[in-house]
Amino acid sequence: MTTIDLRDGAPDLGEETRYSITRSRSGRQRQAINFLVHALFVIAFVSIVVPLALVIGYVVTRGMKVMSVSFLTDDIPIVTRAPGGGLGPAIVGTLLITGAAMLMAVPLGILGGIYLNEYGAKRRITKAIRFLAEVMTGVPSIVMGLFIYTTWVLAFGVSGFAGALALACLMLPVIIRSTEEMLRLVPIDQRQSAYALGGRRAGTIFRVVLPAAAPGIVSGVLLAVARAAGETAPLLFTILTVNAVNTDIFHGANTALSVQIFRNAQQVFPGPQERAWGAALTLLSIVFVFTLIARAVSAIFARKHQV
Amino acid sequence: MTLVDNEMRSGSVSLLAGESPPGRRTDSVFRSAAALAAGVVLLILGLILVTTTRNAWPAFAEEGLSFVTSSTWDVAGAAFGTLAFTYGTLVISAIALLIAVPVSIGVALFVTEMVPKRLRAGVVMLIDLLSSVPSVVFGLWGILVVAPAITGVYTNISSALSGVPVLRTVFSGAPISGRSFFTAGLILAIMITPIITSITRETFATVPRAQKDAAYALGATNWEMIRGSVLPFSRSGIVAGVLLGFGRAIGETIAVALVIGSSPQITQRLFSSGDALSAVIANQFGESTGTYQAALIGMGVLLFVITLVISAFARAMIARAERRIGAESV
Repeated sequence: MTTIDLRDGAPDLGEETRYSITRSRSGRQRQAINFLVHALFVIAFVSIVVPLALVIGYVVTRGMKVMSVSFLTDDIPIVTRAPGGGLGPAIVGTLLITGAAMLMAVPLGILGGIYLNEYGAKRRITKAIRFLAEVMTGVPSIVMGLFIYTTWVLAFGVSGFAGALALACLMLPVIIRSTEEMLRLVPIDQRQSAYALGGRRAGTIFRVVLPAAAPGIVSGVLLAVARAAGETAPLLFTILTVNAVNTDIFHGANTALSVQIFRNAQQVFPGPQERAWGAALTLLSIVFVFTLIARAVSAIFARKHQV
Repeated sequence: MTLVDNEMRSGSVSLLAGESPPGRRTDSVFRSAAALAAGVVLLILGLILVTTTRNAWPAFAEEGLSFVTSSTWDVAGAAFGTLAFTYGTLVISAIALLIAVPVSIGVALFVTEMVPKRLRAGVVMLIDLLSSVPSVVFGLWGILVVAPAITGVYTNISSALSGVPVLRTVFSGAPISGRSFFTAGLILAIMITPIITSITRETFATVPRAQKDAAYALGATNWEMIRGSVLPFSRSGIVAGVLLGFGRAIGETIAVALVIGSSPQITQRLFSSGDALSAVIANQFGESTGTYQAALIGMGVLLFVITLVISAFARAMIARAERRIGAESV
């Protein structure tokens, strides 16, 4: 009964077919719709590339105007509206706070990932933890700031460390999940070989599984760090702000590039606005470098695994 | 393969390894350490809920239900109703989703169905770059570049639609501001597009080859194949992506705080200034004390609970999608 004519019109496939939508249209119409939809896909892609290019373009051109060695090292002007000055304290703050957050979240996150994949993959509690880790990645960063404020700052006061705690809480679930994913990619044969040679579980994980998954784990960690370095909301009321370099992250207020951008962006004077663009260029460079290294590492990892 | 895999994981295979006592001790110590690390997640989530709720309690106790149902936010008069901020959060999230969802699905289909394999990595890299731009940088661009430039566009749209019955109430009428609900929604849309794109893209990539080939064999064009095979197969993945994007939009703080205009009002005019839960916390927390601060922390509790529910739903959808894929591939 059915005649299938591919050149012109759709085949008649009866009532239940999914392609019944095409029955009443001519081949040319169908081709036109096909073309139109694909044009829409391209437009969608262009519409995300344009804002990306605009943001990067503005940050680079406006930021380059103030960029200099002294901008990167000088103290922040005490009078906010004053032009000039630098962001040395913010750069030091961002590096110290992100570094401290990394020291806390990376070992914990990797251990957590190991537990989920190597020890309890099928247990109910593991499933619950995996689910909660995923949910935790969705906790708004401002809530994490409030959490550290209520638990740490109210008791011990503001400090770079308080900010680092908040960033660590944001990084932790991301690192746990990415570590688990990477460990899952390590072929089971490698573990079996190690066990066959008399290796115990911990030894096998350290000498066989972790080295095999290392590039993927490193890549996941770098992405988490890049994300954390750009966070503002969790730092606002955990570190406050200072104008001079504070290298003691355990005592006294501190500052960060992101916080400086947020405060200066709200000023109507050209001086602070220029500093905001300069800070944005510095921050974006740090974040992009981390992201690109992460991608490069995981690309190499992927190639190695394909072979 | 998977069967052996499961056995290995559940620990039965460790019998194969030698029974050397010192090794066994390292084993159990390491095992407990790893379990503890995983448990920290549970601890943190629990602590967030307990400590923030405890600190917000004075405001909850004083305001009662009007904390969420009243729109009177008067710090001097000690009235802390958050309805206007919840309204703002929902409005800008809705604008962001209306823009970002079609764009994200389009981009995901562009990547999976149009881009040749060897260029795919580059395109994905661009999307990753977009997702790595910090919120505060979007905010800076939004407040200093977009907001001043877009006011003229808003004015034009407003006068063009001033005669159209329904659209008039949404897009027309003074005051028009560059820092508004719509600008915040627009910036949010850019920020949540990468997450929706990456979830939907992953789902599209799991559509079985056979399903697609079947559609082509019936003479379907590429779009008819997508409509008949890819989209129905990916429904729960798309829903999950949209939910995750929604969660992101609700919690997004800094960019919104910079471009929404900080004026607590419930209005249907999208080109007017408004405010949102997260933005109010960021902008006002520094100067707050007592019940005022408790109210701001209470808004954090509100955000936490809303995003928790949304992301739990989203993850459940993803799990469902994965289960079905697993079942079909067997």
